Amino acid sequence: MSEMKPDLTLDLKGLLCPMPVVKLAQAIKNVPVGGIIEATATDPGVLADIPAWAKTSGNELLEMTRQEKVIRFVVRRTK
Amino acid sequence: MPETKNKLSMVVFSGDMDKVMAAYVIATGAAAAGIEVVMFYTFWGLKAIQKGNLTGKSFFGRMLGLMNRGGLNAIGPSRLNMGGLGRWMFKQMMRAKGVSSLPELQRMAIELGVRILPCQMSMDVMEITKDDLIPEAEEPVGVATFIQHASESQVTLFI
Repeated sequence: MSEMKPDLTLDLKGLLCPMPVVKLAQAIKNVPVGGIIEATATDPGVLADIPAWAKTSGNELLEMTRQEKVIRFVVRRTK
Repeated sequence: MPETKNKLSMVVFSGDMDKVMAAYVIATGAAAAGIEVVMFYTFWGLKAIQKGNLTGKSFFGRMLGLMNRGGLNAIGPSRLNMGGLGRWMFKQMMRAKGVSSLPELQRMAIELGVRILPCQMSMDVMEITKDDLIPEAEEPVGVATFIQHASESQVTLFI
């Protein structure tokens, strides 16, 4: 999936709940349906919350990795 | 009963900083996930959507407005407020950790389309007028309106 070029990259580092999902929800409106957002965050809460947000909002979480303190994830807008 | 939809109806009864904070975190989180959110502000909860000016007409009403001033910057936590010291301390600690402030959360909720419905009866009792509320507050409503929203919501909360 890493070879996919994101339509938008988002820096959510330093933000705490509920801001990572709020910023992500606002940003996803700016990519076309099928478009991809790549984001980085530092709040460990996103490990549970981004998958939960994807499930509730109906978007697709393609990838989530953690390196040291930085969590990187890729979501696709599905609707 | 009507069909339930992807909707959250919440009663905000508390005017305590910490509980209002929880209400806005949940509201913004839900709205971010594409859920329609309606918040009903009743009794002390009205403090969270007041502009912060002095309120009341009668002696008791004015005393209430003076001793328990509304507005997000005036409300204190439910425990350890210690005459405002707790409020100050919590604000410092939240800022140090990078948590959004209560006014920021409220603005975010409004931006995300969260609806703010004030309770008419509480406003009458506490002598709070529509002009005392933030402009984003909609026309005051009663319990039947809340029940209508709640009965078509998958999630209902009382805070």
